[in-house]
Amino acid sequence: MIFDFELIADSIPKMLMGIGLTFQLLFLSAILGLILAVLLLLMRISGKWYLSWPAQVHIYIFRGTPILVQIFIIYYGLPQFEFIRDSIFWPILREPFGCAILALTLNTGAYVSEILRGGVLGVDRGVLEAGAALGLSVRQKFIYLTVPIAARLSLPAYSNDFISLMKATSLASTITLVDMTGIARTIVSQTFAPYEIFISLAIIYMILTWVFQKTFGRIEKYLSRYVKPEGLA
Amino acid sequence: MTNIAPAASPETLIQMKSVNKYFGNFQALKNINLEVKKGEKIVVCGPSGSGKSTMIRCINRLEEHTDGHIIIDGNELTDKVKDINAIRREVGMVFQSFNLFPHMTILKNLMLAQRLVRKTSKAEARETAMHFLERVKIPEQADKYPVQLSGGQQQRVAIARALCMKPEIILFDEPTSALDPEMINEVLEVMTDLAKEGMTMVCVTHEMGFARSVADRVIFMDAGEIVEEAEPEDFFLNPQNERTQKFLSQILTH
Ligand SMILES: Nc1ncnc2c1ncn2[C@@H]1O[C@H](COP(=O)(O)OP(=O)(O)O)[C@@H](O)[C@H]1O
Ligand SMILES: [Mg+2]
Repeated sequence: MIFDFELIADSIPKMLMGIGLTFQLLFLSAILGLILAVLLLLMRISGKWYLSWPAQVHIYIFRGTPILVQIFIIYYGLPQFEFIRDSIFWPILREPFGCAILALTLNTGAYVSEILRGGVLGVDRGVLEAGAALGLSVRQKFIYLTVPIAARLSLPAYSNDFISLMKATSLASTITLVDMTGIARTIVSQTFAPYEIFISLAIIYMILTWVFQKTFGRIEKYLSRYVKPEGLA
Repeated sequence: MTNIAPAASPETLIQMKSVNKYFGNFQALKNINLEVKKGEKIVVCGPSGSGKSTMIRCINRLEEHTDGHIIIDGNELTDKVKDINAIRREVGMVFQSFNLFPHMTILKNLMLAQRLVRKTSKAEARETAMHFLERVKIPEQADKYPVQLSGGQQQRVAIARALCMKPEIILFDEPTSALDPEMINEVLEVMTDLAKEGMTMVCVTHEMGFARSVADRVIFMDAGEIVEEAEPEDFFLNPQNERTQKFLSQILTH
């Protein structure tokens, strides 16, 4: 087949017009998802069954089902319930954008909470005992020892999840949102040139992935400054 | 609850009376009785798994004893003890594996508990930290991270960190066992200095030279029991119990 490079040159700027929406979906659900993840984590490690149990159910459901199905359930399913249409959340859930954010948040929150839990479990018990022996309270140990150490331990896995989330934002195009993927689909339906368009789109996502990986790599390096001795040990 | 603590002399800092400790069905401590007065230095030795760590970890309640009484500076350790952290800040602890806070510089390691627990001002906490870093002879490492220090330096930092809280007692759990041989002495020197200054110390160690020169009493544990308790001279030259004799012959020829 012959590649139509002119079409590619034409369509890339058009697709990039959707990058703003892609970023909104990504950053908003990443931030909300992180907050949710911390809440779920605190519920899980609270030691109280009535907190830990709902958190585990949430995590099990959202990790156990495809995100596309979750988006569809929220977008097509929720409006069926009258109490949802009557609730204060309706103005958000009525919009596909709100539904996409909700689905992405609930999904990434479940994954990230497991990542953070891994970090918390990875904190050296001896370090926490040293804190206790110095008289730090449970809360002080958590804030000053567990959180910073667990954050560093979680970062590599978190950066993977963040990139997955970026790729998952493309699914929002299935519920009428015109992010980069949404624009690409529109162009394809007009030009009947799926290869050129989708390959260009893939390249854009790859560049974004590269940028985010580099950024997280820098943060990891900074946070690991105390893990490996500089120069000679 | 009534205070069943018998009238120990006022300068008794640690009193353990008929203490038992179970892990599930396994009895790790059997009828432990121990009294440590202010300024005393106790060395605890015994085979691996004999309950030495468990005993000293009960003293600052990193482990909870199952029954019996533990009274620290007049406060009995119970479930109801109002503020275990108030007791813990009077009881310093140095661990075999140093357990420095890896994400903080040496200076921050020494300042954290002062700031959070003692509510010391930042300037004062820093001053105290530098004072004790000088005492353990590594003030120049203040801005490094623990991983950048040798094992011996890390353990000296851990001792300085405990001292910054101005504790009444310091517990040592095999402080030199994780160290390369050439670093053992620098840590023992710091501990010997502390002992000379009158610090109350309970020290689990197999460094018999240290025990001889510093200890007021040596305690030998085996299978969760205190088998023998004696002044160092008697302990080493004239051990009474057969188990002590066997243990000593093993580590002294070793
Ligand atoms: N958290 C625990 N759970 C179960 N058993 C334990 C625990 N801690 C210690 N033990 C057991 O108690 C015994 C005494 O251990 P420890 O006090 O660490 O001995 P030592 O310090 O003399 O080597 C050992 O048999 C050990 O296996
Ligand atoms: Mg031990």
